[in-house]
Amino acid sequence: MAATDDMLRKVVARRWRVGAVLTAVMMAAYFGFILLVAFAKPFVGTLLADGQVSVGIVIGASVIVLAPVLTAIYVRWANRRYDPAIAALREKR
Amino acid sequence: MSTIGEPNAVAIVAFLGFVAITLGITWWAARRTRTSSEFFAAGGKVSALQNGFALAGDYMSAASFLGIAGLVSMSGFDGLIYSVGWLVGWPVITFLIAEPLRNLGKYTFADVVAYRLKQRPVRIAAAVSTLTVVIFYLIAQMVGAGELVHLMFGLPYRVALIIVGGVMLAYVLFGGMIATTWVQIIKACLLLLGASLLAVLVLAQFGMNPLALFSAAGDKYGDAVMAPGALVANPLEAISLGIALMFGTAGLPHILMRFYTVPDAQTARRSVAYATSLIGFFYLVTFILGFGASVLVGRDAIKAAAKGGNMAAPLLAEVLGGTGFLGFISAVAVALILNVVAGLTLSGAAALAHDLWGHVVRKGKIEEREQLAVARVATVALAGIAILLGIVFQGQNVAFMVGLAFSIAASANFPALLLSMTWKRFTTKGAVASMITGTSSTLILILLSPTVWKDLLKNPEPILSLKNPGVITVPLSFLVGIAVSLASREPEAEAGFAAAQHRMEFGPDT
Repeated sequence: MAATDDMLRKVVARRWRVGAVLTAVMMAAYFGFILLVAFAKPFVGTLLADGQVSVGIVIGASVIVLAPVLTAIYVRWANRRYDPAIAALREKR
Repeated sequence: MSTIGEPNAVAIVAFLGFVAITLGITWWAARRTRTSSEFFAAGGKVSALQNGFALAGDYMSAASFLGIAGLVSMSGFDGLIYSVGWLVGWPVITFLIAEPLRNLGKYTFADVVAYRLKQRPVRIAAAVSTLTVVIFYLIAQMVGAGELVHLMFGLPYRVALIIVGGVMLAYVLFGGMIATTWVQIIKACLLLLGASLLAVLVLAQFGMNPLALFSAAGDKYGDAVMAPGALVANPLEAISLGIALMFGTAGLPHILMRFYTVPDAQTARRSVAYATSLIGFFYLVTFILGFGASVLVGRDAIKAAAKGGNMAAPLLAEVLGGTGFLGFISAVAVALILNVVAGLTLSGAAALAHDLWGHVVRKGKIEEREQLAVARVATVALAGIAILLGIVFQGQNVAFMVGLAFSIAASANFPALLLSMTWKRFTTKGAVASMITGTSSTLILILLSPTVWKDLLKNPEPILSLKNPGVITVPLSFLVGIAVSLASREPEAEAGFAAAQHRMEFGPDT
């Protein structure tokens, strides 16, 4: 019982760690984007591809796309690693 | 010349059709709503994809559809900065909140915070913050609903409010969460369908190439349209709003409540992933619509139709698809409001009936029939309050109230929720102090802000220069929660942590 409790704590700690790291990535991307807009306006306004699009639009759209991508990464991790680990612990109890 | 504001046959038929179908669903759902679990959580039988669409439907309001398309049409790139903020909270829900919330709670987020703490003080503090969020969000939605229906159909403001309030009341009162869920799914499908179709029609004018659209906007209004404008004039302000949006989404009672409608944590996880993709897609589409409207309708015509550019998307629909498409988009926009209001009312009713009546007045010993009856009385009361507040705030600038609701959700709900799930030493006093600090500090700082102190109360200078206090109140609520917990030991709460952790991972059935 004590051994499974110990293992549970490890599995739980890993889930919070993965969640915290992914949250940090999302925060870095979003607040990085805001700070870039605030402090590097000329760079964000730089035009690309013959003046058809700006750096800002590309970065902004990327942050939007990043949100579901990170979520998908988490779901994939949780389905493949975390769920089996929990299922294994449940068996042992 | 636009026909917005004139009676539009397609709009009226489409809207009445929507109301008829959704009331039919409500009738069907009413026969399946016999217990409070069915009323508040649809019996926990909603699938991941269904809940994903319902979450998206709950979140994509008329304000984000009309407002962001309008902002993009008027200021180009700045609208994108704004819409990014509305999305970034969703991954946070996925990574930190959805699964433990599902496993630990029943109907409200207070279930989670109070799980190993003292029930009554925690429930009271959580109900206060929940109801504050719900009320401010409701005011913004109701005033928006009245103005929108007035603008689009020419109906008087108060009549519009009573129609919106009445239909919403029918959904929630009779069909509870089952009806609300299905109405939200239908609405999300209609909105995504309508917006995507409109975006395809826009892109068809530009060889299906978004870059050609951007460059046409650049030719018409100058390249500044693709560069940052005035929106992020003050970096601290932008960060503060960003914090409120990012963590507020993860503290919105009507969003959190939706995770109780699925059978288990795995489904909750997948449902929020679907929701994030749908909402992200929606914001990309809205960006295309905004640029499309600025090129194809023109800023002058958009400005002439409504202040702030809110009619950009409907005008675009009229230009590209005629009066019929305008009518369809208008009907969808009004349907949007109905649903967000329904979700808010249901979460407010849960706080009143489950947290306050069930756990505070009845101390957790409540008969099923009584709980359901109280929930229905609370629903009627909230619908009445919503209509009344809509009338009281007619003509007022209430746009800031959505931001206020997000700030309170971020400061009062999110820190207490996260600390209760992750920190063994968190105590009842810490939780209550954190939630009360979050609610009151946000309200006070908003009162002193330029939006209220200067613009609303007509004082010459604001006492605080921040419009959104998130950058102060969110860290403050965390600090107060931690400091008060450290100063007050609660051995029972610490002893309960192992059991809570167990249930967070294995679910309620083991």
